[in-house]
Amino acid sequence: MPKKLYNEPSPLETRIVSKRFGLENSESIEVYLANEGFAAFKKAKEMTREAIIDEVKLSSLRGRGGAGFPTGLKWSFVPHTSPKPRVIVVNADESEPGTCKDRLLMEYDPHQMIEGILIASLVVEAHVGYVYVRGEYRYLIEVIDRAIAEAYAKGYLGKNIAGTGWDFDLYTHSGAGAYECGEETALLDSLEGKRGIPRMKPPFPAVAGAWALPTLLNNVETFSAIPPIIRDGGKAFLDLGIPKAGGTRLVCISGHVNKPGVYELPLGYPMMKAINEVAGGIPNGKKLKAVVPGGSSCPLLKADECDINMDYDSLAKIGSMLGSGGMVVLDETTDMVKFALRIMRFYAHESCGWCIPCREGTTWLKKILERFNAGHGRHEDIALLGELSKNMLGRTFCALGDAAALPTISIVEKFAEDFEKRLSRELVAV
Amino acid sequence: MAELVKLTMNGREITAEKGTLLIEAARQNGIEIPSFCYYEGLTLQAACRMCLVEVEKTPKLQVGCTLPVAEGMVVHTESAVVKESRKGTLEFLLTNHPLDCPVCDKGGECELQDMVFRYGAGESRFRERKIHVPEAQWSPVVFYDAPRCILCYRCVRACDEGMGVKALGVANRGAISEIIPNHEDHLECDECGACIDICPVGALTSGTYRYQTRPWEMTHVGTICTHCADGCRTTLGVRNDKIIRGNNRDHSGVNGEFLCVKGRYAFDFVEHPERLQSPMLRSGDQFESISWAHALEIAAKKFSAAKSFGVIGSNHTTNEENYFLAKMARLGLKTENIDHHRTGDLATLFDALSGKAALSGKNDALATTDDLYHAKAILVVGADLSQQHPFLAYQARANFRHHTSHVYTVTTGPVREEAQAAASVRVEKGGELAGVESLRDKLKAEAGLVIVFGDAIQGDALRKLVAFGDSLGMPVKYICLVDYSNSRGAFDMGVVPKNGGLSLQQMLAADLDVLWVVGANPLKNATMSPKSFLVVQDLFMTETARHADLVLPAASAYEKTGTVTNVCGEAQKLKHAVKVMGTKTDLEIMGLIAKEMKLDLGIWLPEKVFEEIRKNIHGYDVSKAVLDLGAVTTAPLNGRVAALPGLIKSSGDTLFTSGSLTKYSKILNEVMESPGVLYRGQGPGARGQ
Repeated sequence: MPKKLYNEPSPLETRIVSKRFGLENSESIEVYLANEGFAAFKKAKEMTREAIIDEVKLSSLRGRGGAGFPTGLKWSFVPHTSPKPRVIVVNADESEPGTCKDRLLMEYDPHQMIEGILIASLVVEAHVGYVYVRGEYRYLIEVIDRAIAEAYAKGYLGKNIAGTGWDFDLYTHSGAGAYECGEETALLDSLEGKRGIPRMKPPFPAVAGAWALPTLLNNVETFSAIPPIIRDGGKAFLDLGIPKAGGTRLVCISGHVNKPGVYELPLGYPMMKAINEVAGGIPNGKKLKAVVPGGSSCPLLKADECDINMDYDSLAKIGSMLGSGGMVVLDETTDMVKFALRIMRFYAHESCGWCIPCREGTTWLKKILERFNAGHGRHEDIALLGELSKNMLGRTFCALGDAAALPTISIVEKFAEDFEKRLSRELVAV
Repeated sequence: MAELVKLTMNGREITAEKGTLLIEAARQNGIEIPSFCYYEGLTLQAACRMCLVEVEKTPKLQVGCTLPVAEGMVVHTESAVVKESRKGTLEFLLTNHPLDCPVCDKGGECELQDMVFRYGAGESRFRERKIHVPEAQWSPVVFYDAPRCILCYRCVRACDEGMGVKALGVANRGAISEIIPNHEDHLECDECGACIDICPVGALTSGTYRYQTRPWEMTHVGTICTHCADGCRTTLGVRNDKIIRGNNRDHSGVNGEFLCVKGRYAFDFVEHPERLQSPMLRSGDQFESISWAHALEIAAKKFSAAKSFGVIGSNHTTNEENYFLAKMARLGLKTENIDHHRTGDLATLFDALSGKAALSGKNDALATTDDLYHAKAILVVGADLSQQHPFLAYQARANFRHHTSHVYTVTTGPVREEAQAAASVRVEKGGELAGVESLRDKLKAEAGLVIVFGDAIQGDALRKLVAFGDSLGMPVKYICLVDYSNSRGAFDMGVVPKNGGLSLQQMLAADLDVLWVVGANPLKNATMSPKSFLVVQDLFMTETARHADLVLPAASAYEKTGTVTNVCGEAQKLKHAVKVMGTKTDLEIMGLIAKEMKLDLGIWLPEKVFEEIRKNIHGYDVSKAVLDLGAVTTAPLNGRVAALPGLIKSSGDTLFTSGSLTKYSKILNEVMESPGVLYRGQGPGARGQ
């Protein structure tokens, strides 16, 4: 029976990675096999590992978890000739506020991810992999476990996969509900059964990751993009996007839009077109106030900054990031004090506590914002919010401190009038 | 010599060994990069962010405690941005810190105070409500105050890496993260208090010290622990002639960072209410208090009249006292009947090694505590180091962590050292040598070896062990384990029968006119001839003192000066910390009896007696200047002492017992009664008690 999708697809989409979304029983291996499933793996098995890396490099695929590190390059770092066994880890700890794409990829098309993992296993010569699923996605573990069981039954996991002589085992592992475990080294500690705190780098996971073994770690969407790249060639994928950022990505549009949802758009897609046409525009004729371009960790864009294309360089140029694809649209009624508080509550709650600036900084900022929101803001608090954020920025152990600091700095700087209004009580908390 | 790299720090060109961490390179050149979580010898954390420095050509501040120096690096540790960063981090740190410095034990010796004073802001911008958590008691001696904690994780690492115990962990996340015991609500550990010592703030406090005093109101007396034979320096905090705390304040002893439960807390016997403070004379079944003058007169009269004499010395008194006792016995009392409770077969070891260069003054077959840290391989035979010689165990553990040394164990039961052992052999009692033999091939592959053995190896077995060591064809050093703080010194000073003198066991059985027991409790598990006039010098009414005719109240090791020699032959100085009214040091008591007897044995000041020891005891001609500062290694000669196979016996003390003193240390008893399997002798390696 056709699965009801969370949102209607848009005709403006370029559906490559999400192309099986909406097919009847799209999560089953039968449907996957009937729709070019595992063709890429069989093709890759005939290629040299260098050729596979070259295709991925050519595609210009960059990590879809948020940091945007070139995938082909990352793959080439894993010492495939190491005497230690290699491990593949899938980062399915999708926790960035505003981001909800990996869950669809796992729910609708888990076999595509499995095939991507298998192709990566050929490159790094790994024979075991772990899908680390965020604790709150417990229901997805059943979906993936079912897919894994199907793949074993059909000979696409286990010994001698599809008669190619290749062996690979895949397991799921549940997180326990920590945003920090989306950071790759904290994820590895958690996977090993330890407290989820980030590790010191170097060594990088490519050299010493899970159980100190060479580890290839990528996001769900990154792995899911691999089969189309290998099947149709890196060039075809690259050509979908723009030269330095190839292909498509799943953009999760939420907030004040008429048709919130996950849409697959080519890199370099115009942001205003995505808001107004793909997502159906802002309801009730309200005006745009701000956009969170790629998850709550990215500096916010003011309405007049939104007339840009969504690619890594364009966003970097105006001091923000493409992040994990979680785009939150805010209309003119949004109270930015409340918004800043909402995201700082999240970071204070999720700070792992390992290093001082993040542990104490996020909590302090949250308390100031709570006080401000309750109507007890002082004028000097506005500057203090920015200064404290800057005291965290670049000084924390991992990127969580930056993730909390960056949006706060941008809100305080770009929307100072919202804070000023709160002082004079012109804007009442809603 | 390792490769050197040149770098510029604060405009100054400095050199450092390649691979040195920036923070260390700075320290070596007199530049301070502040830190909380960085601690030499423990794993790196990079958590406190106090050591962030500016390195040119890098986009953001770099972590000084994890970044190795590199050729041509240009570093600024005092630039405006670095100062601003430190100030910001300290400001964050103080947001949830209670700032209860006026009542905090750590006030005055707190790293957070010092750091804020030097690098912090003058005023706080924090106006919010602080997070408060009530403090917790984890054991009789460890309290934790979470709000004061800055989460540097030093305690967690000291416990895990340093002690091999892993009693501490971290709970919760974010601003409510806190340190917790890994076992429910209480510690399952050695109660060593290393976590308290290493805590930079007042988060971990000592159950015996908390709220007693301010640190600056005490005088700090660095002396040597009087319990086991490892010779750890303990710093006694003294106020108004009362010991308030023991800790490892300056890390200047052979023990470095280490101190165990006994060295830290078990000084409380000093003021136990049952402490003897007046000489006692037997009158029927009772004792009556008498004056010192009367007591000395009686002792002198009895000693002068005695035709047969027995002298039993101590494992706890100083070298000077033991030397003076041996001299008095042989020259004054004209007897060879002198011995002490021997807990390890030093006689046979020295004899088996004699003839080798070892004991001709070069001492290269007797291992020092430092050798245990640097040895390529360590073989532990018939001993539970972590229970009985916690500092030696610590050295072996540190060696394994820092130098990946190989540890081998041959024991009758499980021991903590097995966790790091390259090979472990379990044997039945008496099967130790066969166990050692089974490791021959593995040991032969090593480049050098230190063999540590307990009382299971004595007499012939010990000679065979030395022959085994010789056959390996590599430098082998030995540590013969003995029980108490000056067991080794008592042997070295000649408190052993020579020329046909009676042994301790023989003296107890013989009908001697006078038996003189100085600081020992031989009747704890034995009986003696009722005919002898028994004179006992001790701190307490021990089993032996109860049988005495005359009891003389003696001062403890914390109440005197002198030297003691640890299990590895390292002599260190005791420093007088307090005076207990009515007592005299054993040396003074002996000197006064000698004077009363009109014997000319020379001046009995410790310094003068030590001069004699330097002249007369082989291997003790040590540098006084070095001894004043720390420890010197002695190299005693075999004195052709009868080995007494079978009669040498360790008391089998655990981490929480200390022979006769156990009973008089309230804190050791409290610890043993508190929850935690280690204390009850059911834990790994515990021997019961």
